[in-house]
Amino acid sequence: MNWSRARNNFHHGAPQLGVLVFGGAMSLLAFFSRMGESSWSTSLHESQYAYSIIESLHVWTLAVFFGSIIMVDLRLLGLTMRKVPVTEVAGRLLPWTVGAFVMMVITGSLLFSAIPLRSFQNIFFRTKMLLLIAAGVNVWLFHSGIYKKVWEWDLHAIPPKRARIAGGISLVLWACIIVSGRMIAYNWFDCDRQPQSDLINFLTSCNPTDEGH
Amino acid sequence: MSLLPFFQWCYATGIGEYIRNSAWLFPVIEAVHLLGFGLTLGAVLIVELRLLGAGLSRQPVSQLAANAQPWLLGGIALMFVSGIPLFLSESIKAYYSFAFWTKMTSLFLVLLYTFTLRRRITGTDISTERPVLVRSLALMSLCLWFGVAWGGRWIGFS
Repeated sequence: MNWSRARNNFHHGAPQLGVLVFGGAMSLLAFFSRMGESSWSTSLHESQYAYSIIESLHVWTLAVFFGSIIMVDLRLLGLTMRKVPVTEVAGRLLPWTVGAFVMMVITGSLLFSAIPLRSFQNIFFRTKMLLLIAAGVNVWLFHSGIYKKVWEWDLHAIPPKRARIAGGISLVLWACIIVSGRMIAYNWFDCDRQPQSDLINFLTSCNPTDEGH
Repeated sequence: MSLLPFFQWCYATGIGEYIRNSAWLFPVIEAVHLLGFGLTLGAVLIVELRLLGAGLSRQPVSQLAANAQPWLLGGIALMFVSGIPLFLSESIKAYYSFAFWTKMTSLFLVLLYTFTLRRRITGTDISTERPVLVRSLALMSLCLWFGVAWGGRWIGFS
């Protein structure tokens, strides 16, 4: 692997991180740089069909995932299926959501592994990962909070405010995750597209003086 | 008669050119297009799963279809409103793209089914009388929607 290149990708403002790399602790940049040089990654990246087929699988599972969670969220907002108990909507649709989500993670990881370093430095990829964490927190807060008392409002046409908020936040977060995911392919903040502002180069760990990226 | 002159005219429109000259406009509209597809598929899915005997299988088909209808129409509207400017910006590429024609054929067929046959299926109790037929149609509908998604994504690879 190319150590100097990995090191050069660091922003000047973080010299300690470079020390860590050379101290032996594998930094994420170096790790993804090495991953990108593996034969698995390059063959997937250069494959004529595999990459596009995985992309298609990612889009199909996205449709099932997003489609099903939209309907659950809209029920939480009291905007559809008002006569159907909330537990029934969640219980019957969420298995599809979860199944599709697992497939999305698998196909998404494969897509990432084909272009690891560039994706990791992609500001839209980073946004997407942070939003995914936020969406996970929202799921956890909902299931450990108001949903524990769902038997009190299971049949309500319009669920209580806290459930509506969770549903609304979920809708907005997943929409933003999909938007940022689609942006990854059109990264106009790519390290190679200099000049970028210092803030952008900091947020993407890009080194604008590094020609060989 | 070839459609190429029409596609060339679309390509030359001001909207098409405006989108081509922007770094972020195409991706942003495309993302909205994808959200519209997600909404459409959600509304399709609860009805189609129900016809397949999965999902909300305890609920009456007609009620689920009525509940999903405004979201289905909204999703389709969003897809068209965002899809037309995308098409204008790359209509010549689309003309020569196998994926584009696959997508449009699938879309035409599935919309035709949705607003004719499916309307009759969800309006009556035929799904209990002719389960095999109805299940096949539901499966075909989902396959066509996946064809739309595949074609849509694959336009970008062509």
